[in-house]
Amino acid sequence: MIAVIDCGGANLRSVSYALEYLNIKYQICVNKEHIKNSNGIIIPGVGAAKNVMNNLKKYDFINTIKEYKKPVLGICVGMQIFYEFSEEENEKCLGLIPGKIKKFTNNNLTIPHMGWNEVIFNDDSFDECNGYYYFANSYYADVNKYTFGKCTYGSTFSAFVRKDNFFGVQFHPEKSSKNGSKFLMQFLKQL
Amino acid sequence: MLTKRIIPCLDVKNGKVVKGVQFKNHRLIGDPIKLATKYSEENADELVFYDIYSSVESKSVSLGWINDIAQNINIPFCVAGGIKNIKKAKEVLYMGADKVSINTPAIQNPGLITELAKTFGSQCVVIGIDSFFDQKNYVVCAKTGSTKSRYEVGKNTLDWVKEVQDRGAGEIVLNCMNRDGVKEGYDIDQLAMIREVCKVPLIASGGAGEKEHFKKVFKLSNVDGALAASVFHDNKISIEELKNYLKEQKIEVRK
Repeated sequence: MIAVIDCGGANLRSVSYALEYLNIKYQICVNKEHIKNSNGIIIPGVGAAKNVMNNLKKYDFINTIKEYKKPVLGICVGMQIFYEFSEEENEKCLGLIPGKIKKFTNNNLTIPHMGWNEVIFNDDSFDECNGYYYFANSYYADVNKYTFGKCTYGSTFSAFVRKDNFFGVQFHPEKSSKNGSKFLMQFLKQL
Repeated sequence: MLTKRIIPCLDVKNGKVVKGVQFKNHRLIGDPIKLATKYSEENADELVFYDIYSSVESKSVSLGWINDIAQNINIPFCVAGGIKNIKKAKEVLYMGADKVSINTPAIQNPGLITELAKTFGSQCVVIGIDSFFDQKNYVVCAKTGSTKSRYEVGKNTLDWVKEVQDRGAGEIVLNCMNRDGVKEGYDIDQLAMIREVCKVPLIASGGAGEKEHFKKVFKLSNVDGALAASVFHDNKISIEELKNYLKEQKIEVRK
């Protein structure tokens, strides 16, 4: 059973449908019992880091997630909150991965970074997943030693990060057609 | 590299897809879920659903079909028509739409743009602009869903583009009304002029009839995406064929 955390974001339903499409059992997670009974967590994120953090606080999930030992997948803002800090509304985040989330500032780029961009993976389990994914983000994480998938928009940034049991993607696998399904299947194999 | 987006637009009236020429004489095209699934399988990058009835009749979109679409496709889609407040936007987004597009309500209440951006993030907020060339200036029109209701709002298109960005719009769809449905090509001059001031993604709408029109709009006005309806609905151009062609023309597309 996958626990899909209710982050108050609008893509909760899309993530749920993506799992249904893959025949994966899930539960929308609003209490700690749901997390306890799960063998993996998905944190869908749309909107701002503060929204996601506020929802995690509301359900008292902060420590439960930090101490969770099974695989966790953070999507978009759900990934950004793995870092220490987000420049978006200056929000303190979970601090599972060192570094901060920054705003795209290159004047020659249209912001948000919106549409399909290419991701190159550098991770044995996800090597087959190279291809185009759907992004919709104004903030990003620099490449660091936990980056295992890169994307370029002006400069190169983290599209896929992995540290211990925490997996994060800046793109939206639930909206990325066949590649998105392939990626989700690869993540589910980590359970 | 971020690819250029090809975006079929489905005009929905009473739950069916229709298409008019210059916003008049709607004819029936088919079932929205069937068409959405077909375009998604053909590698369309995104879909826009425009609920004509809601917008013109001052009723809001009925939401069941949005959920059906979300359940059947896994590419992003945007819903337009009759979204006048945060409550309605929330319902549409929670049904599974990725973005809401607002046009007349943004003109009537520009504060709504900021409110939507603050609540859901700019990436959810698309502003549709119907721009009409009155032989002197590009001006903004509202309530364009029918010729009876349509009126000029007294705003210059360029100024309105700047304003909606400042207020938090995450994307602009510029519909060049003089070109809508006539298949003579996108309004390159207007789009290039708007591109100069538009720092958010800009989507061209109105006028696509040939593959070359897509090439021109990407190369000459550097828009982020191109929206079209009848060329796809009538099977005049398939999305696959269009993307192969654009790739040959050295335009980055997702295949």
